[in-house]
Amino acid sequence: MSRTDANPSGRLPDAFTARFFAPGTASFVDFLASYAPDLLPGNRPVPAASAATELAAPRATTIVALVHDGGIVMAGDRRATMGSMIASRSIEKVFPADDYSAVGIAGTAGLAVELVRLFQLELEHYEKIEGSLLSLDGKANRLATIIRGQLGLALQGLAVVPLFGGYDLDKGAGRIFSYDVTGGRYEEHEHHAVGSGSVFARGSLKKRWRPGLDEAGAVAVAVEALMDAADDDSATGGPDAERAIYPVVATVGATGYRRVPDDDLAAATAAVLAARRAARGGDRR
Amino acid sequence: MSMPFYVSPEQLMKDRADYARKGISRGRSVVVLQYDGGVLFATENPSRALHKVSEIYDRIAFAAVGKYNEFENLRVAGVRYADLRGYSYDRVDVTARGLANAYAQTLGTVFTTESKPLEVELVVVEVGNDPAGDQIYRLSYDGSVADEHGWVVMGGQAERLASVLGDGWQPGMSLRDALALAVRVLGTPTEEAAQQRVLEPTGLEVAVLDRTRARRAFRRLTGVVLEGLVSGAVGTERGPRHDDEPDAGGGETSTP
Repeated sequence: MSRTDANPSGRLPDAFTARFFAPGTASFVDFLASYAPDLLPGNRPVPAASAATELAAPRATTIVALVHDGGIVMAGDRRATMGSMIASRSIEKVFPADDYSAVGIAGTAGLAVELVRLFQLELEHYEKIEGSLLSLDGKANRLATIIRGQLGLALQGLAVVPLFGGYDLDKGAGRIFSYDVTGGRYEEHEHHAVGSGSVFARGSLKKRWRPGLDEAGAVAVAVEALMDAADDDSATGGPDAERAIYPVVATVGATGYRRVPDDDLAAATAAVLAARRAARGGDRR
Repeated sequence: MSMPFYVSPEQLMKDRADYARKGISRGRSVVVLQYDGGVLFATENPSRALHKVSEIYDRIAFAAVGKYNEFENLRVAGVRYADLRGYSYDRVDVTARGLANAYAQTLGTVFTTESKPLEVELVVVEVGNDPAGDQIYRLSYDGSVADEHGWVVMGGQAERLASVLGDGWQPGMSLRDALALAVRVLGTPTEEAAQQRVLEPTGLEVAVLDRTRARRAFRRLTGVVLEGLVSGAVGTERGPRHDDEPDAGGGETSTP
């Protein structure tokens, strides 16, 4: 079967071609690599970047994740930047990977969103073909493989760095995985942050995280960490009460993925601000 | 020198059709019927792992009778087709009509060009926002497609069961009534005089495309939920997707 039968638009005018019946893989990425490799983000030819021109593409910034007693909380601010300009104040960077896991992304926004779409499909495809869910480690490894396929793009300055977390149904606990641009996969304990504001967010998480947090407490810690990152990093957006733009905060536990509603985030934000005001005793600066 | 026997094309096609029909009629029947909240699939299948009814995409499901390895191949091809199409365009652009056409082409090509036709019969269903938007396509071993309305029976004694189902089915049935009818149809005896068989929930494979669900409409009814519905003891119109797995995400699931 030649490559010409792979119509890049994905349309199959006549019928299934032989690739559709190829036995073996339950992986959508592997199928795509054999059927229409140019649909894979890492397989597209990219012209060599020159050092003088920085590509004007939006970049997504800070993601934090932390473990609590019943699972994990993952949160991302809503800002994307392009150089010194704010490209978007309402971008979403935390997504459900499947029912029991969440993925947040920092780096080149366009590629990152495409990768998340591919990763979501990879997990759903496996679930449909095999009739069962992948283990959490299996999901984390699939994401590592997808990121590894992006190395060429990363070397051109178009890196995507995800943060992955979920509820391990076998172990009955939340777990977090971080990645580097080469596809290295590292399990993080307690908490982690990626993106431009991660340095400040990690400092905040280190002070605020404690063992035995419940879900609501973990949401409050995540919101506060993002506020601290926004304080010191110009590429991270803080909560915007005026426009009602709050971070995307997701919880994953035994009952699955849940996005925390904006009302709860407004309350959590207000609580952090009130506590800080009280600590200063009304002394404003 | 020996001459090959001449076989007329009519005879050739008839032989192939008879062969395929014989293979299909050996299997247990699958019934597919509309109820007020979606489309119900039911079949006798003691296996928990080898399914005859499966999810293809968000609003699309697949049911088959015949040879397992052949329809399993078609199912996997369908999932790949749907996922590829949804990835290239958008999730809403994956339709049962497109999938049914691809299946029809494949079945038709195999029927005319291969030495052995596929011994399968398929149903591809897409659930709409209301009952009028539901689409049910029935595909035969020779690639012919029929656009069905309301209900379909495939497999073993399709004609016999179809008369029972046709008499009992009406638009707007509840899930419980539809399932009761499906179980009655599946338990219809092979001979006129024989007794109605009573089917245990453990020997049934039941699934629905539930139009009220946010994204992925497909859900298997197993375990306690199925027993409750069959015995009529508990009302579980919105039970969990798997008996051991809570209905997570719900409307929250998003795709970037």
